[in-house]
Amino acid sequence: MIDFLSAHVEIIITLIKILLLLFIVLTVNAYLTWFERKVVAHMQSRWGPHRVGPHGLMQPLADGLKFLFKEDPTPAGVDKFVYFLAPLLALGLALTSIAVIPFGPDPIRILGHDVWLYIANPSIGLLVLFAITALGVYGVALAGWSSNSKYPLLGGLRSSAQMISYELALTLSVVGVLLMANSFNLTEIVNSQAHPAWGVGVLGWNIFSGPFPQILGFFCFFIAAIAETNRVPFDLPEAESELVAGFHTEYSSFKFAMFFIAEYTSMITVSCLCAILFFGGWLSPFPTSWTFTYYLPSLLLIPAGLWVIWDGIRYETIWGKMVLPVIGGVLVLLGAVLLVPQLHFVNVFIQGPFWLLGKILTFLFVYVWMRGTLPRFRYDQLMSFGWKLLLPVSIANVALTAFFVLLRSKP
Amino acid sequence: MVPTSYYVLLSAILFGLGVLAFIFKRNIISIFMSIELMLNAVNLAFVAFSQANDKLDGQIFVLFVIIVAAAEAAVGLGIIILIARNRQSLNVERVDLLKL
Amino acid sequence: MTATLLVFFILATLSIIGAVSLILQKHPIHSALSLIVVMVALAGLYLLMGAEFVAAVQIIVYGGAIMVLFVFVIMLLNAGLEEHTNESKLAGFPGILLALALMGFVAATVARSTTSASAVGGTVPGALSSTKQLSTLIFTNFVYPFELTSFLILIAILGAIVLAHRENS
Repeated sequence: MIDFLSAHVEIIITLIKILLLLFIVLTVNAYLTWFERKVVAHMQSRWGPHRVGPHGLMQPLADGLKFLFKEDPTPAGVDKFVYFLAPLLALGLALTSIAVIPFGPDPIRILGHDVWLYIANPSIGLLVLFAITALGVYGVALAGWSSNSKYPLLGGLRSSAQMISYELALTLSVVGVLLMANSFNLTEIVNSQAHPAWGVGVLGWNIFSGPFPQILGFFCFFIAAIAETNRVPFDLPEAESELVAGFHTEYSSFKFAMFFIAEYTSMITVSCLCAILFFGGWLSPFPTSWTFTYYLPSLLLIPAGLWVIWDGIRYETIWGKMVLPVIGGVLVLLGAVLLVPQLHFVNVFIQGPFWLLGKILTFLFVYVWMRGTLPRFRYDQLMSFGWKLLLPVSIANVALTAFFVLLRSKP
Repeated sequence: MVPTSYYVLLSAILFGLGVLAFIFKRNIISIFMSIELMLNAVNLAFVAFSQANDKLDGQIFVLFVIIVAAAEAAVGLGIIILIARNRQSLNVERVDLLKL
Repeated sequence: MTATLLVFFILATLSIIGAVSLILQKHPIHSALSLIVVMVALAGLYLLMGAEFVAAVQIIVYGGAIMVLFVFVIMLLNAGLEEHTNESKLAGFPGILLALALMGFVAATVARSTTSASAVGGTVPGALSSTKQLSTLIFTNFVYPFELTSFLILIAILGAIVLAHRENS
């Protein structure tokens, strides 16, 4: 048994990584819903969920329990196989796309084996992500059609037509980055942004540097990605006030939760991709010679922990007065531990994932900010925006980038 | 490793199944899908031979086959939509006369 | 039985099950889903052979665009179950035999011609078909067919628009 394990240790490591990543992604999903409700609420001058647990932190748990225990009726006349397949397809594809995203440059050395911070690193990593996005249209289209009802059918058709239209602009807007990085591999794309002018990190990122700064490409990618994930302002097919609930009208309880999780997971994937492709992934924005910025995680954790403790002491409920200071204390302890000079190698190691996480959180905040601020497009405005504005701008970006890369590369 | 003859055998089986589907199905769209199955079987044979001979020409031809299949699907489905509009049926046995 | 052979048999069985299910299903949308299964299994086989770019293009274009078009048309035309036919079922039997004969003929030819040559496949994935080599070939040796296919796609787009256009008079 032991020698079977030691001969196939790669598979065991990958399985453990998959389980860990699944757990992390699903937890981040749950707290992303909390984050969205809180931020949108504060933008609308009200409090979000704040009863269930201190500051509403137990709200995702309550929502999850609700989804599990709610009645799950199957409408009459549905095509049973396709009705059950559609949410599975949506969720499965959304979760698979996280497997090719690298979260850091260096591997961890555990018991003599190098454990890299990704599940798979294919040389066509970006194409794999686009393939999964292309297949994601089926979840929506099949869900709408199999529900045997007119609102889901219309919502499903509109939503899948929107997803196909914006998929073109999505894939074309990335070609500029590919031209500059010369590879489809996500790790190599990040590494190609690691040679900044004057050593200042920020100037090496694809959006600011290179033969042609990819600002157009980034805007096309971000807007097309918002349309792909069916979020505001492109969420006409599933908005509550429009087509009842669009393609997932007839789905309830756990199947609806699967669509929900799929949408938020694709939001997370898009944020990761934006950070990796355009904003330097795990590279720090500061000059590489400023090694004192390695203490930045501690500098953020310690004040955050102290603030949570102070807020917890003044909290209304007794439960909050007990839990919040504990959470704050843990944060302060983590920050203090990272300052210890013996553990400096840990500090150096988490620099990469720390910056990547910061950028991902920034993009998620922008996603939620747009939800709280913008009105939604009408369907014909949406389609004409995708075909008549975004696609020509992406093609122009490709042409300009190719022109400048050719100019720069002439010996 | 997997011998090339295994791949070509699989391609032959898929092609034969595509021919069977073409003959036995009565829905126009299903018949069209069997054509796509036959094209896919041929693609598999191309890639298998490209790998056996260590040249990339087979894979380039596969790309061209996929492009042509995409163009053909677009036009073919347009024709199918017209047939459905004019004959109000997708049964290929009702489309066997030029007269409506 | 190496791991490669095992994965080959799994993917081959999956593709054959998908193809048989394409024939046996009564509703065209189930046939379309079976065809998607076949295409994904074939993409897996391309990956096994080391042709990663072709595998990705197969899923993106074939599985993500062409089959979506099929599914759309099936949904829009409200295609129902296959109707009952008055054709003879007995005539189908020799048809199956002939198709099996066709498959057997191709198989025998292949087996006879590749046993002598040691055409053992399986190069290192990535070594054969990096995207760079493929694109170099496309834009040097095959640039003329490449431009012709772009023309072809333009004609197909025009044709599809003309065919599906409804007269507004």
